[in-house]
Amino acid sequence: MTIHTPTTEAQACAVVKSVIDSATPLSIRGGGTRAGLGRPAQAESTISSAGLTGITLYEPAEMVIAARAGTPLALVQETLSERGQMLPFEPMDHRALFGSEGDPTIGAVAACNISGPRRINAGAARDSLIGIRMVNGRGELVKSGGRVMKNVTGLDLVKLVSGSHGTLGFLTEVTFRVLPRPERLVTLQWSGLSDEQGVALLSKALGSPFEPMAAAHLPAGLVGDQAHTLLRLENFSDSIEYRAGELALLLGEFGLPERFEGETPAELWNLIRDAAFFAGTDEAVWRLSLAPTNGPKAVATITRSLPGARWFYDWGGGLVWLAVPPEGDAGAAAVRDALRPLGGHATLVRAPDAVRAIVNVFQPLAEPLMRVTVGIKKSFDPAGILEPGRMYAGI
Amino acid sequence: MSAIAFPAPDAGILARRNEIVAGLSALVAPSALITSDDERRPYETDALTAYRRMPLAVVLPSTTEEVAAVLRYCREQGVPVVPRGSGTSLSGGAIPQEDAVVIGVSKMNRIIEIDYANRVAKVQAGVTNLAVTGAVSAEGFFYAPDPSSQLACSIGGNIGMNSGGAHCLKYGVTTNNVLGAKMVMLDGSIVEVGGSHLDAPGYDLLGLINGSEGQLGIITEATVRILRTAEGARPVLFGFPTSEQAGSAVAAIIGAGIIPVAMEFMDKPAIEICEAFAKAGYPMDVEALLIIEVEGSDDEMDAQLARIVAIAREHGVTTVKESKSAMEAAAIWKGRKSAFGATGRIADYICMDGTIPTGQLPYVLRRMDEIVKGYGLRVANVFHAGDGNLHPLILYNCNDPVEAQKAEDAGMDILKLCVEVGGCLTGEHGVGIEKRDLMTYQFNPEDLAQQMRVRAVFDERWLLNPAKVFPLEGRIAA
Repeated sequence: MTIHTPTTEAQACAVVKSVIDSATPLSIRGGGTRAGLGRPAQAESTISSAGLTGITLYEPAEMVIAARAGTPLALVQETLSERGQMLPFEPMDHRALFGSEGDPTIGAVAACNISGPRRINAGAARDSLIGIRMVNGRGELVKSGGRVMKNVTGLDLVKLVSGSHGTLGFLTEVTFRVLPRPERLVTLQWSGLSDEQGVALLSKALGSPFEPMAAAHLPAGLVGDQAHTLLRLENFSDSIEYRAGELALLLGEFGLPERFEGETPAELWNLIRDAAFFAGTDEAVWRLSLAPTNGPKAVATITRSLPGARWFYDWGGGLVWLAVPPEGDAGAAAVRDALRPLGGHATLVRAPDAVRAIVNVFQPLAEPLMRVTVGIKKSFDPAGILEPGRMYAGI
Repeated sequence: MSAIAFPAPDAGILARRNEIVAGLSALVAPSALITSDDERRPYETDALTAYRRMPLAVVLPSTTEEVAAVLRYCREQGVPVVPRGSGTSLSGGAIPQEDAVVIGVSKMNRIIEIDYANRVAKVQAGVTNLAVTGAVSAEGFFYAPDPSSQLACSIGGNIGMNSGGAHCLKYGVTTNNVLGAKMVMLDGSIVEVGGSHLDAPGYDLLGLINGSEGQLGIITEATVRILRTAEGARPVLFGFPTSEQAGSAVAAIIGAGIIPVAMEFMDKPAIEICEAFAKAGYPMDVEALLIIEVEGSDDEMDAQLARIVAIAREHGVTTVKESKSAMEAAAIWKGRKSAFGATGRIADYICMDGTIPTGQLPYVLRRMDEIVKGYGLRVANVFHAGDGNLHPLILYNCNDPVEAQKAEDAGMDILKLCVEVGGCLTGEHGVGIEKRDLMTYQFNPEDLAQQMRVRAVFDERWLLNPAKVFPLEGRIAA
């Protein structure tokens, strides 16, 4: 296994060009903490972003930061924090779930469209990603977007590449819009609600003018014996005081909430962000995205055929994290059958390589969409050398 | 004006017009097919009225299946297609060409479903932007993107152009507010991307479709995010002695961690034009005006405004005028949103749409003034200050061809300036025909080639809105 570590964009182009003729598959590596995402890699050599590091632009007053792809995410977050800012989308850390080590990179956050609880309100990583520079499968340097947040110049390749898991190109530099850190953070917690009640509470809160920034429901057994339904408010201190009071009134039918400030809720939200309740087990882990009120319905159907499953809800019910026994198809048929009448999609995030090699890790696409997907892959990577098979067979 | 070229019409298609019209008439109801000169004329142009071309025919389907049948037919016949929403494009995105069939979605104007618990609305593509908000406002919800043309422009057109508006500083643009779309591909196949859930699987085709300017397919339905309206909203006017001070106040407000829902800038010529039209009570003794809107309860708005006013005072604000009533608030926004219309009452104008890094604002304002004066013309500036999206209005007399050409040249110089300082050619109006020939200024050949290869996946023969976005020379088909 050869590992290429270019330190310039020109070197990165040369690396890709060097494998085109031999059609040698190339896997793309950032910090390696999320290498378990997608189907098992089938590459013979690797191109690493470890040599492309450093923040290249940070303008706090313009709310924009740019960094080379291999820059540690932690460095980006610290740099923003020093100026009272943050990435808006609260990216998940996969190390707990995968048991992986290393430093997550900002490039992988863009390439895999990694978001967290704030996604329900502030958008996904792809919504904040405003510019990319990348090497496509022809070994050409391609840029899209830029450093301004309003930009409709030409086709939006930024969005297309975000979430493509390296199959369209090797990112060399990414630019994100950022937001001010809130002055204060308060979590309201209701206990003892059923899944349906919990999601109903979250829906009512998210449909209120009081702007919860995160909304999750943890069934009994994940944190103590009781179920917990959580809303996180972020704002100026005086605003939080008012909104917390109004939400408690609005949601009076669900009982009185407890209220947390400071580090305790942050740790709990990190567990939710990282699906860390499922860390260190051999369970297969699924991530279901669906209309929030369909979350409990999907879970009810799935758990009928997969007893022993564990789960919790983020995004107001619209994101279901589901842990099931890893045997057989790791629950693929049960999960996807349950979604068929409800809409939405499921991704197998964690399972043994052998399982991820035989089941569809990402939701299978309808035929015309698959045709477009194949075409797009070819348009970036005609020789099929970049992470082939990471998303779908041949893609 | 005639500087922007169109592809030469295909003589073979023009010669076969009767045959093609007959073919189309077999696919749609008679009332959906427009062929007479008089009835086709409204479709000659859009809001970029300096350019016009009479289309071969116009089809106004009522269903997705009709759109599919017409597209399939046009592909078989090799006839170009120009998709059209409400025809409000300022960049010429909906201007047809002589050998093209216009497919308009204006008859597909039904709200299909509203789901408050999941905060989404499913609508047909011809529904107007404001009608979405209208359908959900009784329940206290709204659809966030609010382009100035929102009374007329369609959701389909909004997706095509990835439209923005005054409030996207907080709520994002169209691409951040659309969860799903039904699109008809050129071969007539119907695809559904996304839905009522977040983050569709596979490549982000929804992200690609937003802002694709009708080059990938025709959107017939969309699922959009609806949001709960804030408890209250209050626009406040801040007058400054110089544009530089207004610009530095904007930077300082953001630097203090405050994201107002909107921050709009107007310079003196724009203030005068809008005040004469809307009687909004804009201060007339200042060089620059910011309209800053805050949201929340009365107490929250008071607290946030107190912070903003304190910052504005540090930056030399001379007038602070709060709206005291809903009527005053409406008048303030009426003045801003009618800026284009009001300008049209005193002169012909072209409205540009570049974006710049906001730190470059003072330099760019000064240079724009020099550029336009250099052509012997006047410019009025209204723009979204929080995100650096400029809308210089270049005033000219359209009956004077020399002046018209100068206005267009000045506009192109301004867009080049936007790119030079690190910005882009278009923030929300789209490339259309207007900025097409400047694309090589922002992108190098590899960037454009990659975009064109992606485009070719959907339309290898360049039949969908072919005159737009990409320079006519050097096109890549696959």
